[in-house]
Amino acid sequence: MTWMRLTGLIRKEVYEIVRDPSSIAIAFVLPLALLLIFGYGVSLDARGVPIAVVVDHPTTLTASFIGQLQQSRWFVPIHYAGEAQAQKAVTDGSAAAAVWLRNDFTRRALSGSPAPIHVIVNGVDANQARIIENYLNGAWSVWIEQQAQASGIHTRAPVVAEARVWFNPAMRSRDYLVPGLIAIIMTLIGALLTALVVAREWERGTMEGIMVTPSGKMEILLGKLIPYFVLGMGGMLFSTLMAVFLFRVPLRGSIPLLLACSSLFLLTALGMGLLISILARNQFVAGMVAIVATFLPAFILSGFLFDIHSMPKVVQLLTHVIAARYFVGLLQTLFLAGNIWSIIVSNCLGLAILCVLFLGLAVIRFRKRLD
Amino acid sequence: MELSLRRILALAIKEFLSLLRNPASRAVLIGPPIIQLLVFGYAATYDLKHVPFVVYNQDSGRLSRDFIARFAGSPSFEMIGDVQDQRALQRAVDSQTALMAVSIGPQFTSDLEQGRTSHVQFIVDGRDSNTAALALGYAQTIVTAFNREHLAPHSRAPAATVVLDRAWFNPNLESRWFIVPGIAGILTLLVTLLSTGLSVAREREMGTFDQLLVTPMNPQEILAGKALPGFVVGTLEATLIIAVAILWFRVPFTGSFWALYLGLFCFLLSSIGIGLMISALALTQQQGLLGTFLFMVPAIVLSGFATPIANMPKVVRYITLIDPLRYFLVILRASFLEGAGASLLWHQYWPLATIGILSMIVAERLFRGRLG
Repeated sequence: MTWMRLTGLIRKEVYEIVRDPSSIAIAFVLPLALLLIFGYGVSLDARGVPIAVVVDHPTTLTASFIGQLQQSRWFVPIHYAGEAQAQKAVTDGSAAAAVWLRNDFTRRALSGSPAPIHVIVNGVDANQARIIENYLNGAWSVWIEQQAQASGIHTRAPVVAEARVWFNPAMRSRDYLVPGLIAIIMTLIGALLTALVVAREWERGTMEGIMVTPSGKMEILLGKLIPYFVLGMGGMLFSTLMAVFLFRVPLRGSIPLLLACSSLFLLTALGMGLLISILARNQFVAGMVAIVATFLPAFILSGFLFDIHSMPKVVQLLTHVIAARYFVGLLQTLFLAGNIWSIIVSNCLGLAILCVLFLGLAVIRFRKRLD
Repeated sequence: MELSLRRILALAIKEFLSLLRNPASRAVLIGPPIIQLLVFGYAATYDLKHVPFVVYNQDSGRLSRDFIARFAGSPSFEMIGDVQDQRALQRAVDSQTALMAVSIGPQFTSDLEQGRTSHVQFIVDGRDSNTAALALGYAQTIVTAFNREHLAPHSRAPAATVVLDRAWFNPNLESRWFIVPGIAGILTLLVTLLSTGLSVAREREMGTFDQLLVTPMNPQEILAGKALPGFVVGTLEATLIIAVAILWFRVPFTGSFWALYLGLFCFLLSSIGIGLMISALALTQQQGLLGTFLFMVPAIVLSGFATPIANMPKVVRYITLIDPLRYFLVILRASFLEGAGASLLWHQYWPLATIGILSMIVAERLFRGRLG
C-alpha cells in the first residue's frame, strides 16, 4: 500500500463528490430536512382532542363534569343532540371519542347507585385510543375529588403514586426523539453514501479502469471509505449543532466521547453500505437493499419509537445486528443522562463487533477480478 | 399526436424484462418486503410488555408485598430484582437495567392500616419518554385497582359514577391491527417508487435512452410504457402483503376489497406519478435514488403511520395534505378495521387521484424539457 496511490484515489473520489453534488446533499440537506420535519412534526402528546358529548338531561352535575373535560387542555367537547349523531362523529373521525350521560345519570348518581358514564373511543389507532382513555379517566378522577370536596366529604386515596421522570422531567418527547433521529439520519447517510458508489463503478464500467491500476484492494476500499467518512462526520456535527441550538436538547455527556462514538458508528454504517454495494453491483438492487436493510430497521427496530423489551424474543435477538440500536442507546444516554460508562462500553462493544464484521466481509468479498 | 397502444405495450414489456431479467432485482422485489412485514409486524407495537423494574422496599409489612406482587404479576411489567439502597436503585435506572424503579417507604403498611395516605415513588427512565409515559399510565392503573380494594369505607364519593368505556373497531386496543396495514402501505410505496424512479436514469447511464429517442415513440407513450410495469408490480406486491396481513397476522378485514383496490389504484397512480417525476429529473441513478429517499422518508414520517397527524403543528398538518401515503393509510385502516365501503372513502380517493394526475402532467412536462 503506498500513500501516493491512496491519496490519488481519495482525490478522484473527492472530484466525483464535488462534480455530482448529490453526495453533499445526502450529508447536509438530508439531516436538515429530516430534523426539521421530525423535530416539529412528530409528537405522541395529544392536545385538543375533539370529543363528542351527549347529555340527555342537563343538570348542574352533568354541567360540572363536562366543564371538567373542557378545562383540561386535552379535550375540546362538542355537543351532539343524540347518541346516533355522536356515534357517526366517532365513525367518520370528526371526534376521537364520545361521552354519553343518560337521562337518569343525575338521579342515580345522587341516590348512590352507580351512574354509568358511557364512553366510546375509536380504537383504530390503539395507542392513541389508550392515551385518550387514560386522559378521560384522569379528568374523571379529578372531578370526583372536586365533587367530594364541594360536599365536604373527606376522601383520600390509600396509595398515592408519585412519578419521578429522570433525565427528562418535563417529558418533552422532542428531547428523546431528536437524539434517536440523529442515529437514524446517520444510518441513512452512511449507507447511502457508500451503497451507491461501488455499484456505480461496476455499472459504468469504470471499475475496470481502477482494476488495471497497480492499486491494491485495501487502497481501493480505503480510498472509498475515507472521503465519505469525512463527509459523514460533517453531517453528524451539523446534526448535533441543530439538536443543541435549534431544538434545545441538553447535551450532558462529554463532546469528545460523542465524537468517538459517532466515528465508530459511522464506520459501521459505511462498512455496511460498502458491503451492500460490493455484493449488489447494481444500483437498483443496492438502493433497494440499502433502504430495506438500513432505514426501515433503524426506524422500527432500534428502540427509537417502539420499545425493544416489548418485542417478541426472536425479534429482540434480531435487533442486536442493527447498528442503529446501539447508537440510539448511546445518543439518548450521552444527550440526556451523561457519561454512564456501563452503557457506553456495552453499546460501543456491540458497534465494534458489527464494524469489524461488515468491513471484514467487505474486504473478503471485494476481489480485484472481473467475472 | 395519437397514442399507439402497441408501442406502449412493447415498451412496458421491455421495462418488465429489464426489471426481472436480473435475478437479484427479482429477489429484492419479493423477499425483503415479506420479511420486513413479518419482522416489523411483530416489532412495531406500542403495547408495553415486560417493562423491567426494580423495587426498593423499606417496608417489611404484608401490604407492601401484596402491592409489589400486583406489579410482578402483570404482563406489562417484569420484576428483575430488589435493591437495598438508593444508590443501587440509581445504578439500575442509569444503566437501563430497569426502566422503572418502585420505591416504597418504611411506613407503607402501618400508614395503610391506620387509614393514612402512603406515598409510593415511581421512578421512570425519561430517556425514552413515550415508553416512560405509557409505563406510568399502566402503573397508575394498578395503583387504582389496589386503592379500590383498600378504600376506607367512609370515603365514598358523593356522586357514585363509573366510567364504562368501549373501543370500537379494535376492542382490545391491539396496536398490531393498526400498524400492520400501515406497513403494507409503506412497502407498496417503496416498491413502486423504486421501480419507476430509477427507470429513466438507468437508461441514461447505459446510453439506451438515446436509442429510445430515435424510435417513433412520443414522450407520452414513453411515460405510459414506463408507468405500466409500476402498476402491475405495485398491485401484485400489495396483494401479497395484504394476504399476509389477513392470513398470517389475522388482522380482521371487515371492509370491501373493491373499495380497497379502488384506493390502491388511486394510490399507485400518485406514487407512480411522483416516481416518474423523480425519474425525469434525475440524471444518474444515484440522484434518482436520492430523490426517492428524500420523498419517501418524510412521506412515511408525515403519513400518520407511527404518530398521529392530529398531534402535529398546523403548518406540518398542511404539508401532510400532499402526502399520498397519508390517504392510503386511511383507506387501508378503514377497509381493514372499520368496514368502510367506497362511499365513505371518497374524501381519500379524490386527493390521491388529483396528486396522481398533477404529478403525471408535471412528469410529462419535465420529460419533454429534458428531451429538447
